[in-house]
Amino acid sequence: MTDRLKAFLDARPYAQFLGLKPGLVGDDPVLILPFSPHLIGNTALPALHGGVIGAVMELSALAQLTLAHPRHGPHQTIDVTIEYLRPGRPLTTHVRAVLKKVGRRIANIQVEAWQESPSQPIAAMRGHFLLGPES
Amino acid sequence: MNETIPDNAVAARMATSTPQAVALGFETVSMGVGRASMRIPWREDLVEDPVSRALASGVVTTLMDHCSGMAVAAVEEDRFPTATLDLRIDFMRSAAPGAGVVVEAHCYKSTETLAFVRATAWDSDPEDPIATVQAAFVLNGPQSVRPVS
Repeated sequence: MTDRLKAFLDARPYAQFLGLKPGLVGDDPVLILPFSPHLIGNTALPALHGGVIGAVMELSALAQLTLAHPRHGPHQTIDVTIEYLRPGRPLTTHVRAVLKKVGRRIANIQVEAWQESPSQPIAAMRGHFLLGPES
Repeated sequence: MNETIPDNAVAARMATSTPQAVALGFETVSMGVGRASMRIPWREDLVEDPVSRALASGVVTTLMDHCSGMAVAAVEEDRFPTATLDLRIDFMRSAAPGAGVVVEAHCYKSTETLAFVRATAWDSDPEDPIATVQAAFVLNGPQSVRPVS
């Protein structure tokens, strides 16, 4: 599973720019964002840029959809709602996506991001994604 | 847009000294009262897919979040956003291959504690948007200690 997740990340220059790594929590694939100074959006706290957290959650949703539906693609983001719960501290961030409903054309996906504990998420995302054509 | 020199210290700092904004190459286009416009030039290492060569949607998300925060900071000198509360983005289409992206954000309402922003992103024509945003920010007032960097 992490091999396929790694292939997903390796194919995306922007995922390399962020420094994303594949990981597993239990049996669930997760994206791991190690801390790096260029991800900072607020130097006073300091905190990760909210856009970075949103971008990683969106990539996590697309990755999960790609793992579950490998014959379709590329998938496209239609809309996302990002809820910021706590500041993203300069620590490693974990992101896990759950496919709530995958229809013929549209998928509804929920994502959570956390740092030290999954019970203390730093952000959540809900979104709709358009399944890519079957190849 | 009512263009002014970005003389608001907080807003100016957000444009030039935020590490993620610098890493992505954000540029301030203009600022006015409650309004901000920023752009990001296209760069090869920021694409979603080397074949399509479109800037990644996450890059657009970050630019829109950042520009929305700038618009809030541009409302009043002594008010600045501490945190994005939520951000809803609708993606109409991908950016064109090899194209940079421009964002215009408008903080259309702020209260004691909250600010509400709409923003639009496009590549070549504002009438043909890539994405639109609706966001809410939590504000710090003049009684708060301002961050220094």
